[in-house]
Amino acid sequence: MEKKTKKSKTVFRLLKYVFTIYKLQFFIVFVAIIISSLANVMGIQFIQSLIDNYIVPLIGNENPDFSSLLQAIASMGAIYLIGVIATYIYNRLMINISQGILNKIRTEMFEHMQTLPIGYFDSHSHGEVMSTYTNDVDTLRQALSQSIPQVFSAVVTMVTVLISMFTTNVYLTLVVIAMVIIMTFVSKYLGGNSSRYFVKQQEDLGKVNGYIEEMMEGQKVVKVFCHEEETKKKFDELNENLCDSGAKANTYANILMPCILNIGNLGYVLVAVIGGILSVNGILTIGNIAAFLQYVKAFTNPLGQVSQQMNFIVMALAGAERIFKLIDEKPEEDDGYVTLVNAKMENGKIVETEERTGLWAWKHPHQDGRITYARLRGRVTFDDVVFGYTDKKVVLHNISLEAKEGQKVSFVGATGAGKTTITNLINRFYDIQSGKIRYDGINIQKIKKADLRRSLGMVLQDTSLFTGTIKDNIRYSRPEASDEEVYEAAKLANADTFIKHLPQGYDTVITGNGEGLSQGQRQLLSIARAALDNAPVLILDEATSSIDTRTEKIVQDGMDKLMNGRTVFVIAHRLSTIRNSDLIMVLDQGRIIERGNHEELMAKKGMYYGLYTGAIEIE
Amino acid sequence: MIKKLAKYVKDCKKDTILTPIFVIFEVIMEVMIPYLMAKIIDVGIQNSDVKYILEIGIFLIVSAILSLAFGMLSGRFAAKASAGYAKNLRKAMFDKIQTYAFENIDKFSTSSLITRLTTDVTNVQNAFQMIIRILVRAPIMLIFALAMTFTISAKLACIFLVAIPVLGFLLIFIAKKAHPNFEKVFKKYDKLNRVVQEDLSGIRVVKAYAKEDLEKEKFRDVNNEVYTFFKKAEKIVAFNSPVMQFTVYTCILLISWFGAQLIVGGEMQTGQLSSLITYAYQILMSLMMLSMVFVMVIIAQSSAERIVEVLEEEPAIKNKERTVKEVKDGGIVFDNVSFCYSDEKDRTKFALRNINLEIKPGETVGIIGGTGSSKSTLVQLIPRLYEATKGRVKVGGVDVRDYDLETLRDSVSMVLQKNVLFSGTISENLRWGNKEADDEELERVCKLAQADDFIKQFPAKYETVLDQGGTNVSGGQKQRICIARALLKKPKILILDDSTSAVDTKTDAFIRKAFREEIPNTTKIIIAQRITSIEDADKIVVLNEGRIDGVGTSEELLKTNKIYREVYESQMKGDDEKDGKEN
Repeated sequence: MEKKTKKSKTVFRLLKYVFTIYKLQFFIVFVAIIISSLANVMGIQFIQSLIDNYIVPLIGNENPDFSSLLQAIASMGAIYLIGVIATYIYNRLMINISQGILNKIRTEMFEHMQTLPIGYFDSHSHGEVMSTYTNDVDTLRQALSQSIPQVFSAVVTMVTVLISMFTTNVYLTLVVIAMVIIMTFVSKYLGGNSSRYFVKQQEDLGKVNGYIEEMMEGQKVVKVFCHEEETKKKFDELNENLCDSGAKANTYANILMPCILNIGNLGYVLVAVIGGILSVNGILTIGNIAAFLQYVKAFTNPLGQVSQQMNFIVMALAGAERIFKLIDEKPEEDDGYVTLVNAKMENGKIVETEERTGLWAWKHPHQDGRITYARLRGRVTFDDVVFGYTDKKVVLHNISLEAKEGQKVSFVGATGAGKTTITNLINRFYDIQSGKIRYDGINIQKIKKADLRRSLGMVLQDTSLFTGTIKDNIRYSRPEASDEEVYEAAKLANADTFIKHLPQGYDTVITGNGEGLSQGQRQLLSIARAALDNAPVLILDEATSSIDTRTEKIVQDGMDKLMNGRTVFVIAHRLSTIRNSDLIMVLDQGRIIERGNHEELMAKKGMYYGLYTGAIEIE
Repeated sequence: MIKKLAKYVKDCKKDTILTPIFVIFEVIMEVMIPYLMAKIIDVGIQNSDVKYILEIGIFLIVSAILSLAFGMLSGRFAAKASAGYAKNLRKAMFDKIQTYAFENIDKFSTSSLITRLTTDVTNVQNAFQMIIRILVRAPIMLIFALAMTFTISAKLACIFLVAIPVLGFLLIFIAKKAHPNFEKVFKKYDKLNRVVQEDLSGIRVVKAYAKEDLEKEKFRDVNNEVYTFFKKAEKIVAFNSPVMQFTVYTCILLISWFGAQLIVGGEMQTGQLSSLITYAYQILMSLMMLSMVFVMVIIAQSSAERIVEVLEEEPAIKNKERTVKEVKDGGIVFDNVSFCYSDEKDRTKFALRNINLEIKPGETVGIIGGTGSSKSTLVQLIPRLYEATKGRVKVGGVDVRDYDLETLRDSVSMVLQKNVLFSGTISENLRWGNKEADDEELERVCKLAQADDFIKQFPAKYETVLDQGGTNVSGGQKQRICIARALLKKPKILILDDSTSAVDTKTDAFIRKAFREEIPNTTKIIIAQRITSIEDADKIVVLNEGRIDGVGTSEELLKTNKIYREVYESQMKGDDEKDGKEN
């Protein structure tokens, strides 16, 4: 029951798209389909009247006068022509409607996806989301552009034919209706089985694809371990299951059409026999029966079409459900009203300006309508912060810390101690359960997320590159930056040397997350990106983990330059890189257990000392 | 290409052949039925002959039942054949990929292999089903229906002789015109998918730089491109139904007009007129179906090409006819080895140049060098994952090319830099190294790799289920499981390619100590960034831009090698101070 209401809700929502954007066009389509179907039905009636009214009277006539026949054919020709034009119109307009809706739905999906919290991406596999964009939208396209007009036109035809039948003979019509009921049962049975196996097929396909993905990703490991045969065996098993469910699903789908058509044929015989008996008894005229038999055929053909399309429609609805689920996903909340603006000093006061001055200020509108400006400095404080990814499990306990302007604050601790999590709270990838995080004294909940993040430069654990030139990728953090600025940033990150060695230098196009670049090179690019961003606060999350020591040294020099005058949060593997930190936080199971600078912590001979001397494992 | 793909019908041959046969029977019935129907009207109803109606009616019922049976059978066989065919194709490709060398995998790229195995196979499967059902059905329907029209009235049948080529021409014209546009649509689709894919994998960067709007714009652009091209392509296809209808209607009108004259002239009966019209539908419908198949086959063509590419790819590394089945010892010799990746456009760009190196069995060798100095490439030549372009690599005194691949790789265990754990339990993952290994054996190697302790701390211990890619264990833990897995092979040569980077120095030292004590006869090659990981090796190789810059012990290199000294000093500075404090 619940499923049913869900389905009708989906249908309703789809219709809403149609009606809100393409009201007029859809109305025209509606009319055109009716015209087109009517022309078709009139054609059937025409042939009957052609025989009864035009041909039969002429039979045996010595000098038959075909002019009235010609006239009838000409007028029928005109009707047909209108029908053809109507067909073209609705086909053509349906393209506008279906493509337009798909375009809109895709845009909505993507734009909504951009607003979703990081947690969504943690809990949904990329493959899963991608398949919504490809498979689900595609089945929806088929349903919108083909199935729906076809079904609609079939329904119109059937209704008109049914009316004609009723006007011809009620009893015979009842026979036809009985036949339709049988057909409905059969198609329900077959269609039900078919969609059950289609679902199963989809599942099995998912499993096969998942296995293929995993094995292709790990293909090199497979080779190293000579594990080819085992891998094949497992694959065969999954492949066999898919083949089985696929064969079953398609079998039911394939036999649906012959079933409907031949039940139609049986109905035809039944009508012919009953009609024959009735005509012998003089209840029906011969012309009537002949016409009625034509109607039966005209009725069952579209029925076959509808049953064929039902599968597509069911699949499309399932797809639409997934699409809407994505669109309905709860977005990141952002009640921030404090914004980041360019500023300049005028008479010792901060004034907002349009141009990029290098001086930034927080624009803080107050409840009483006052607007104050505070210079962006980069002071970050945590005040008794508690956080958990779910309400049940707390990951960070009562974290308090202060990073003063320009300070370097480092986090060390084992995996799962919560280092990365802390930095993810500063930029509000996740929201805290209790406590307060302040940025330049402003509660970060009050700062607009985009502005908060703009004020933070990040070098993340995994470098994500986008298809485009090297230049574009560095510029990702600040698209309006000039070429010179890009080169400067690259030089600062020491990426310049390797970039210049690439075939097209800065214009080298990289694809697929930077295939062909070494991990170190990719990280250099991501550092350059952060350098270009030039934000007052930097978060370096294990940025130097896979750069070799020599390169790291070069990078470190650049980093030191970059860090100069900025507040920096560092999470590093190698303790040597954080020795010069102003403040080192040692985390253990979500608590800060030690804090101080290198010397202080070494003197303490606690956990940091253990880590530093190699007695305790970092990762 | 069809020939190449037809090979994989294999065990579905029976179903594949039966499908068109039953389709033919089905079509015969479908053509018979309108004929019988005409009889009912013309003879039975006209004469109010109930007996005749019953007779023909029984015929009709039998025909309908037969038609139903044939239709079901052909549908069943078609479904079985196409599903089976897709299975065979997938299997053939998957098996083929298992024979690939690293070089082949690099050439295709992982993501492209995935698409080929999934989407492309589905496209070909659909086309295959279409071909064995519709491609047989449509022409036969056309021929039978045409034949029937000739038996009814040869004169009127001539209308079809004109209509068929005209409609056929128009439909093919439309399909041909639409096809390049659809190709463009598919290209744009790829681009759209790429934008989404990159957005998904880079979502943290997107959000960190607050570049949601930039992404939206990117997406909007490509989405609009898809929209524009799709509309363009479909606009052409939109002519299909009206053209079809136009032809059918014209035929109907012509049949009516000429048919009327024939009836009046006494050459034809009224019932025949309506069955002629039914046949008109059947004939032109089958043309329509043909054009549909035509479009589908064209769409599937590029998929088929991509599949054939995978199937025809020659594995870059193959066994020789006569192979050595035993690796004597773990000695390794690089004899003037040069290497370049084959996909590099100019083959002059060598990743490795004139490498000469001898490693004795049981030695521990450290390799150090900057990013891009080809450290990984060097060691991947040992288990013949890549093949030396020039020179020879010998293991146990025998050229690696002379070994049976499995023998060689079983003796050379390698922990890759980008290592992968598979979904499944820890013990399942470990047993990749040796599937017969018992639990004690697992524990033994895990102790060696310093993994036993943390594994035992998991609630399910060795039966802990790992997620795909092993994302639910830490980097250091993953590396240690990978090392244990490699050890389980009991290799003669063990290669660790930067495999302890996330392991702390102390554990790292324990691992090396265990190696020294427990597997002294195994040759160990360790690539590392961390000097401490290789400092005590028997031999350290310094690589720089594909050449050996120096070989020797740590002490020797400190004296003679500038690069080594630099790295050493940059890393050891801190430790000196630390030592100072401790004293």
